Amino acid sequence: MIAEIGLYALVLAFLMAAAQTFFGLAGAGTQRLRWMAVTRPAAFGQLFFMALSYGCLTELFVTSNYSVRYVAKYSNALMPLFYRVAGVWGAHEGSMMLWMLVLAVWTALVAVFSRKLPVVFANRVLGVLGAIACGFFLFTLITSNPFVRLLPPALHGGTLNPILEDPLLVIHPPMLYMGYVGLSVAFSFAVAALIGGRMDAAWARWTRPWTLAAWIFLTVGIVLGSFWSYYELGWGGWWFWDPVENASFMPWLIATALIHSLAVTEKRGAFKSWTALLAIAGFSLSLLGTFLVRSGVLISIHAFAMDPRRGMFILVLLGIMSALALAVYIWRAPLLWETGGGFRFFSRETFILLNNILLVAGAGAVFIGTIYPLFIEVFGLGRLSVGPPYFDHVFIPIMFPLFLLMGIGPYVSWKSGSLKALRRRLWIPFLLWLLASCVLLFVALDSRWPLMTWLGAFFGSWVFLTAFTEPVRRLWLRFRGEPVRLPSGVLGMSLAHFGVGVVILGITMSTTLGVWRDMPMRAGQSYRMAGFRYRFDAIRPAHGRNWTGVRATFSIFHQGRRFAVVHPEKRHFFPDGGTTTNAAIVGGPVHDLFVSLGNPLGKGKWSLRFRYEPMVIFVWLGGLLMALGGLVAMLDRRYRIALEVRPFLPIDEASQSPDDEEAL
Amino acid sequence: MTRRHQRLVMVLLMLACISAAVGFALRAFNGDLLYYITPTQLAEGKAPAHGAFRLGGIVARGSVHRRNGSMTVHFVLTDYHHSVPVVYTGILPDLFRVGQGIVVKGRLTHGVFLASQVLAKHGAKYMPPGIHQPRARPAHLKMLALRRSLREAPGL
Repeated sequence: MIAEIGLYALVLAFLMAAAQTFFGLAGAGTQRLRWMAVTRPAAFGQLFFMALSYGCLTELFVTSNYSVRYVAKYSNALMPLFYRVAGVWGAHEGSMMLWMLVLAVWTALVAVFSRKLPVVFANRVLGVLGAIACGFFLFTLITSNPFVRLLPPALHGGTLNPILEDPLLVIHPPMLYMGYVGLSVAFSFAVAALIGGRMDAAWARWTRPWTLAAWIFLTVGIVLGSFWSYYELGWGGWWFWDPVENASFMPWLIATALIHSLAVTEKRGAFKSWTALLAIAGFSLSLLGTFLVRSGVLISIHAFAMDPRRGMFILVLLGIMSALALAVYIWRAPLLWETGGGFRFFSRETFILLNNILLVAGAGAVFIGTIYPLFIEVFGLGRLSVGPPYFDHVFIPIMFPLFLLMGIGPYVSWKSGSLKALRRRLWIPFLLWLLASCVLLFVALDSRWPLMTWLGAFFGSWVFLTAFTEPVRRLWLRFRGEPVRLPSGVLGMSLAHFGVGVVILGITMSTTLGVWRDMPMRAGQSYRMAGFRYRFDAIRPAHGRNWTGVRATFSIFHQGRRFAVVHPEKRHFFPDGGTTTNAAIVGGPVHDLFVSLGNPLGKGKWSLRFRYEPMVIFVWLGGLLMALGGLVAMLDRRYRIALEVRPFLPIDEASQSPDDEEAL
Repeated sequence: MTRRHQRLVMVLLMLACISAAVGFALRAFNGDLLYYITPTQLAEGKAPAHGAFRLGGIVARGSVHRRNGSMTVHFVLTDYHHSVPVVYTGILPDLFRVGQGIVVKGRLTHGVFLASQVLAKHGAKYMPPGIHQPRARPAHLKMLALRRSLREAPGL
């Protein structure tokens, strides 16, 4: 019964989305206020029925209703309630449901916060969002209906992959989806503005907080995924250039570029068509990511859908959406040209342009490495894979100039900057940086750092030192009594840039100075690595709620003193749920120590992996700082003022009002 | 600088960046591409002449050997037509077992594949690309087997 209610609700949500699309786009096109009045309620209706449908699926999971195929396959009454609720998105059908629930939530948020926007424009945005939702509703209803009954009902539930049974994994997909799907809002804003033929500073100001919000979620989602793979997969490593990781990294790079180019569009009215193109590209890459992960073209732990029909459907959907958006772009973009403010070569605009070029080039490099193997295989030219060395060789050199420019760009004035002003603003951090570089050079020569360590520290310290120069300068001026404000936009940017510096530090130290060794050992033996002595004390059988296995005891000594006692484990899940390696990690700000249990080698010996990871925690800490910076920037007062006070005239294709950039 | 000049500089900069990126990509592509082949393709001489590649197959029954206490393990990868002996020193992934489809990365020396990496992260039913389990036995053989088992069943 509940399954049927869920299915009906899903169909109703689809109909709501269809109504939202039609009345939004057609209403805006024909300027009929009565039609447009339907759009917003339809968006709320879509959220209501989608939430109802999703709630039904959750209820089926919680009560372990094995007469539904999806539940019987992936839920188990033995799992704790927490994982039964989270198990809903543990496999393909449910994760599509989550995808659409997230889209419905974003749509409803747009519906709530767009009341102050011009009615025609808001309707176009909601119409485009509805069209995206329609595509995914059709996809789910046709190819992956989660409510299909199973006759006769199964007696036992299935199992979730044991490595997926983890609290972090419970929040990783919703976060990532909030980011992926959130980019659809920027996409819709861009398409709506293109249809309207006008994209001004006000448009950029409406779009920025939405893009930032999506970017924040995407950042947090990627950080969580990376942290999860580090501590849960059992062998260390926090980034593998796996296609599934790349699938989330490419939209992230494009969204980062978009945030910056939106700043130019808001402040200077320039880069309009470029901004629109980035918004379209960002969401298209999200869809591509969905295709890569959901279609099973990449066989990895994430690809649980092995049905070729699904892959085809998403690919067609991706093609249609991107092609339509690009068609609108080609049709309307000429209207946006030649309206922006001009700028000199040495200006903030140029620096942001370079930032965009580098970020897009980075995304392109990742794209080529991810897609090339698929391309080769589709054309029957053999099978090959592009390994992490490719990405390291191509992506990292592209990032170095970005780090250098990142420290300068924010201190160059808009429109036409001067070297003199730059010198005045940057001489203190520049001197500090020179000093730091000398110290680093000394340390590097003294402790024989590899070149990459020094390079990373060199660029990282530049990013660090320049990040907070602007807020400090403004506070200093204010302290001296000058009327200078410190808007949270500036503070947020500084925080995020500082976060980049922290990430650079973490990546550099952990990848260039990290050590790992695989060793055969038996109880009683010791192994010394990177200044620590690991003593294998014992290994004993152990068991848990749904697993049996072994548990080893290690004492770690540092300078003759017992430093920690850890217990790496090997777990075999029943029934037939596979084996996991649960590494023991002693974490800290300076370094992580990592012990994982390999295979029994006979005669009481085991293979073991020891890892020494200096400063690895900064990789995730820096990522979270970036997200925090985004949040601070998003809360800037001017976005709220823009929503509350300024009365906007409806956007009208025919209106020829001059750009209001000078007023901003 | 006039606007036209500025635009020219922008375009040149963009071209420089793009060509640098393409240059890096091509350089990296030459070294970092790993071809994937099956034991049959290896037997047909389709392996890259030198350098590393990836080999997919099923861990053959009864082929996994390890000297006691050593991290070095010997096994045979098969695609049911041809087989390749593999040597690997290191920790085997949790999913490694007899009959499991795996992918190894390494190079071939004197007919033995020296693996530097063993990948088996794809779940118990995973089949590496290009490898097919032999078809079920033809119907008449199945009937014979059925009859034999009936004959040998107690109480008949």
